[in-house]
Amino acid sequence: MTTKRFFIGFLLVSLILAGIVSYYASANPDGLEKVANDKGFNAEEKDHGLKDSPLGDYGVKGVDNARLSGGLSGVIGVGVVLLVGGGLFWFVRRRGSSDPASRREENVASEASGTG
Amino acid sequence: MHVPDGFINAPVSVAAGVVAVAGVGVALRGARRELDDRTAPLAGLTAAFVFAAQMLNFPVASGTSGHLLGGTLAAILVGPYTGVLCVSVVLLVQALLFADGGLSALGVNITVMALVTVVVGYGLFQLVLRLLPKNRSSVGAAAFVAAVVSVPASALAFTGLYAVGGTTDVSIGKVAAAMVGVHVLIGIGEALITAVTVSSVLAVRPDLVHGARGLIKPPRLRTVEASEPKAGPGGPAEPSRA
Repeated sequence: MTTKRFFIGFLLVSLILAGIVSYYASANPDGLEKVANDKGFNAEEKDHGLKDSPLGDYGVKGVDNARLSGGLSGVIGVGVVLLVGGGLFWFVRRRGSSDPASRREENVASEASGTG
Repeated sequence: MHVPDGFINAPVSVAAGVVAVAGVGVALRGARRELDDRTAPLAGLTAAFVFAAQMLNFPVASGTSGHLLGGTLAAILVGPYTGVLCVSVVLLVQALLFADGGLSALGVNITVMALVTVVVGYGLFQLVLRLLPKNRSSVGAAAFVAAVVSVPASALAFTGLYAVGGTTDVSIGKVAAAMVGVHVLIGIGEALITAVTVSSVLAVRPDLVHGARGLIKPPRLRTVEASEPKAGPGGPAEPSRA
């Protein structure tokens, strides 16, 4: 599989998970929320300062269809994380790397000969 | 396990923020060694995958759910330093755009969900891998074990912060027991997702899995003949696994 094809596939999986599958996620409180509720240490919990923001609580404000609203917010989130994360990693990376080919040769058990 | 505002008091939140900033700073320095023209885009995609997977709460017990934390997964795929940055970016976007995880608790959340999961998860991954035979299924097994433990470890870290800076007076022993109990179950889900994802990438592009580097050595001629009969004169640049 080429690197480009792999990257596109990886992104598609994320988009499908966030855009479609997320609708079927459990709406029950997560482990922390449940324990906090049971043991009563959420007494001082405060509402999130940005809970009324356009994407607050994984929905798009103004979109009434729950499936569409949640899915759209997931797709937007994947895009934003990819841009912010990818941008950061691209900025931080070693420039003009000359060694990925040799490292690949070292780690991939697909070529037999030393010429790789 | 996104901690909202008001669980942890201000001084401990600030202290956790200092720890988070220091941890991310170390990660930024270390990530330079892990990232190049090929792994930088992979790391961005890994962060996006962690965000997507974190939306998928799965049921674990009566009326309780959990979701992937992703520190172990990201560390195995793109390296521990970059893994910390992946989860931190996800937590930052969630807190700022999705109102998930309190703004004053961002330091707590990065400390508990990015730093602790990566340190425990990746450390354990390497340890287990050392004890197992050097092959691909060992990578999946080590990923599973590491991910299982990383989640209750993260829950314990939260409990530790709560013990110092909790805003309510609740028995720490009870909180610790309940937190670890439910997060062991969530850890099993974390482990399944982590092992399946790592194994899937390993199946198509083993060269892209940071945690498997140096593990899969170029085979000698005779072992190639035995195990890979179809190793022919394929394309020289790209690995020919499909």
